[in-house]
Amino acid sequence: MIDAIFAHLPILLIVMPLVAAPCCVLTGNGRAAYALALVVSLLTFACSITLLEETLVHGVVRYELGDWSPPYGIEYRVDIFSGFVMSFVSGIGAIVLVYAPLSVRDEISESKHYLFYATYLLCMTGLLGMCVTGDLFNVFVFLEISSLSSYALISLGRTRRAPLAAFQYLILGSIGATFILIGIGLLYQMTGTLNMGDIAARVPHEHGPRTVLVAFAFLTVGLCVKMAVFPLHTWLPNAYTYAPSVVTCFIAATATKVSVYAFVRIIFEIITPGFAFDVLPLDTELMLFSLVGIFIASIAAIYQDNVKRLLAYSSVAQIGYMLLGISMATPTGLSAGIVHMFNHALIKGGLFMVAGCFALRLGSVQLSDWKGAGRTMPLTSLAWAIGGLGLIGVPLTAGFISKWLLLTSAFEAGRWPVAALMLLSSLLAVVYIWRVVETLFFAEPSEAAANATEAPLRMLIPTYVLIGATLVFGVWTSYSAGIARQAAIALLGGTP
Amino acid sequence: MSPDHMIWISLALPILAVGLIVFFGKTPDLRDGSSGTIAGLLFIVTASLSIGVFAGERPEWNLGEMLPGFEIAFRVEPLGMLFALVASGLWILTTAYAIGYMRGHHEKQQTRFFACFAIAIFAALAAAFSANLFTLFIAYEVMTISTYPLVTHHGTEEAKRGGRIYLGILLSTSIAFFMLAIVWTWSLAGTVDFKLGGILADAVAENRISQTGLAVLVGLFAFGIGKAALMPFHRWLPAAMVAPTPVSALLHAVAVVKVGVFSVMKVCVYIFGLELLRETGVSLYLAYVAGFTLVVASLVAMTKDNLKARLAYSTIGQLAYITLGAMLATPNSVIGGGMHIAMHAVGKITLFFCAGAIYVAAHKKNISEMEGLGRKMPLTFAAFLIASVSIIGLPPGGGAWSKWFLAVGTVETHQYLLTAALMVSSLLNIAYLIPIPMRAFMKPKSDTPDDPSQETGSWLANMQEAPMMCVVPLCVTAIGSVVLFFAAEWIYQALLPITMTPS
Repeated sequence: MIDAIFAHLPILLIVMPLVAAPCCVLTGNGRAAYALALVVSLLTFACSITLLEETLVHGVVRYELGDWSPPYGIEYRVDIFSGFVMSFVSGIGAIVLVYAPLSVRDEISESKHYLFYATYLLCMTGLLGMCVTGDLFNVFVFLEISSLSSYALISLGRTRRAPLAAFQYLILGSIGATFILIGIGLLYQMTGTLNMGDIAARVPHEHGPRTVLVAFAFLTVGLCVKMAVFPLHTWLPNAYTYAPSVVTCFIAATATKVSVYAFVRIIFEIITPGFAFDVLPLDTELMLFSLVGIFIASIAAIYQDNVKRLLAYSSVAQIGYMLLGISMATPTGLSAGIVHMFNHALIKGGLFMVAGCFALRLGSVQLSDWKGAGRTMPLTSLAWAIGGLGLIGVPLTAGFISKWLLLTSAFEAGRWPVAALMLLSSLLAVVYIWRVVETLFFAEPSEAAANATEAPLRMLIPTYVLIGATLVFGVWTSYSAGIARQAAIALLGGTP
Repeated sequence: MSPDHMIWISLALPILAVGLIVFFGKTPDLRDGSSGTIAGLLFIVTASLSIGVFAGERPEWNLGEMLPGFEIAFRVEPLGMLFALVASGLWILTTAYAIGYMRGHHEKQQTRFFACFAIAIFAALAAAFSANLFTLFIAYEVMTISTYPLVTHHGTEEAKRGGRIYLGILLSTSIAFFMLAIVWTWSLAGTVDFKLGGILADAVAENRISQTGLAVLVGLFAFGIGKAALMPFHRWLPAAMVAPTPVSALLHAVAVVKVGVFSVMKVCVYIFGLELLRETGVSLYLAYVAGFTLVVASLVAMTKDNLKARLAYSTIGQLAYITLGAMLATPNSVIGGGMHIAMHAVGKITLFFCAGAIYVAAHKKNISEMEGLGRKMPLTFAAFLIASVSIIGLPPGGGAWSKWFLAVGTVETHQYLLTAALMVSSLLNIAYLIPIPMRAFMKPKSDTPDDPSQETGSWLANMQEAPMMCVVPLCVTAIGSVVLFFAAEWIYQALLPITMTPS
């Protein structure tokens, strides 16, 4: 019995939330839907961890959907990299759900609660599906599932700007998705298969027809939109700002990371680093856009008065750090990029949860309303300070690990100007984080802050789980940087 | 108990203190008592560790790899041992002083205050014992973060501004320069371990780094270690003076600033190697930067009427002495610099203690208001005078020896301009320190000239000293700065091994 379940884990991971979502709708009741969503998300987390463990011990896990062997059927394929990403995506998804109910009750009207939890599960299905599948068209399908459900989630925000932000995201996201679809179509035309492994084996790189180049271009640009790489990031600040707090926590921590995951897969397995970085100048371009994006987005973050928007711009900047690491295409650089996906998910998820706590108690995410809240909400404010130190990359926080790896990889690759610029850019993070810290602890309390009470424990504990994790993974790195390194070596080892 | 164990015990004790302080937060007597007890225990542990270390032992303790190739490891050598001794010894006195001061002032948030204090001591010890740059860097940053709440303790607008400059300069220099320098060193040497004679000699011999590159690297370290307060990155030190006086005393006379100059010395001795620095002369321009800093800081100090601000600029100048010693890289200058870590720490903490005592007893912050105060507070001002003598570098103050060795270092390297700078600065030290106790003793009290009670009764009845908890520590440190004059030989012998070149 156990063995039977074990053999079907990759598909269970997708089927459970996918089936639970309509069940949530059927219950028609917010509480029941929440209970179901929570149980399912915890189960998916358990599944992902088991799968990751399995890949670490026995290598790649393959699963043939409906026993149709590839390339006729769809193949699910879990390796260390996908296991790692799906573990933290489902883990953070579960923690955010634990955190969710009070915030959801505050920000979303009662009648929509069950729909919210159903959509949340759908979004999770899409994200996990992108990690688990080995079929390129399937990637697109899951990408659309997650995107469509996140448009719906974002539009639930309590202001009237939320639907507009969702619509903006819908337009840009759909353009991105269409680009990806065109890219996939062209590759299918050239190779006659949709299985990623098969495509990689058959695609003619050098001296190949121009179609292949065009396909790569479409895929890259399409994914850059979904990753919110500068200057294709314009959808992100509004979407993060106007979405309900819980949605922002979840999407900020997971959605862009999974797009980065898909990007890495496509670059390293289909386009191959040799072609992308040696023949094509993709590494230089990525580095250029990352660095420009890091600086511009960080400076933009400094001038925001809305804290969620501030964090959103910071996310755009942090995506730049991940891509910097990836563009090095060395084991250290790639593992820096991968581990930063994880570390940043923890840090940014935690910080958005803090913002959610303040939104609940102070009724606002404007910095001017947070004045002096450090006196009445010391624990929540302390969580911001710790998370913020992580974002800056101070030692003993997770952010330091990513930054150190990135720095060493830049030196290994002899790109010391990149290293210097990267360090300078992180000083900008000091400015935007510390602006908030000073407002919290030193300003005269605003009226709302003076009358506020500490955030409820049901929200504070999950927040501190994530914030605490940034400290744990800042010291003990064998399960973050260690796995990321294995994943990076596997990704690079599969190529000549 | 083997010396290896004593390393982790001495690191665990301050952490234990943090736990106890937070646990006993509601009962101040237990809280402060446990803080003091652990400070005492810590000094016993470091003192017994030092016996072996000064006899030539090099105890080690390896906590494990944090990232491949970068481990958290500790290895005690004489320079770090001296620094740890100074920091842990003065922690006892500061704890006693802080209890008197904080209670006398009815300061709020005392639990947070003592807890952050203990973390800073932990960071100082971790830095002192660090076996590689990676560990040193982590301890350095822990120190920066843990002292921020101390600097901004009062939570006022002024505290906020001071804290912003403090954190801004220290974090940005360490991230932008220090971290870059460490990784650069690692890419050149393949390791970041401290090793006598340095680890960069191979890279230089194989021409993997040019002379200019090497000079830039030394500069990155010297300026990146912002806590050494080399101009133009010195502004954080006066800004941090908004902190309560015990913080200024321990952290800005001992722990924070000394971690800075200590790191600079450690980098010069164990990363570059004195021989390499001497042969290539790449660090000489930094000796001039230090020379510039020490003269200018003394000049600025003369213009300050606020006592703590004057002491802050004096500290900047005295730190530059140590950096100068490290950058000249001769055995004498390095020993002088190392010695000055201890001499200046004991002297400057006395001066800060005095400043705090004056503030507690007479509520005076400005030097111009202190005239005639010496009759009311004879002990405080006598201690001030003794410590000033040591800082200036006159016998029988301990500072005489360290400044002597530094001056010998400048002559040995034929940098006579620097010798002149040292002499001018010493004169300036006299000019800005000695008038303070002199005017306090000699001049009549300015604001109440006709008060008859001043003239009647014995001098004892007129004494209005600060509470005992404040006065006793400052007398002890003042005596200490004289004792160090006679203990200089012992420090010299202890530090001699770090100047040797391994055969």
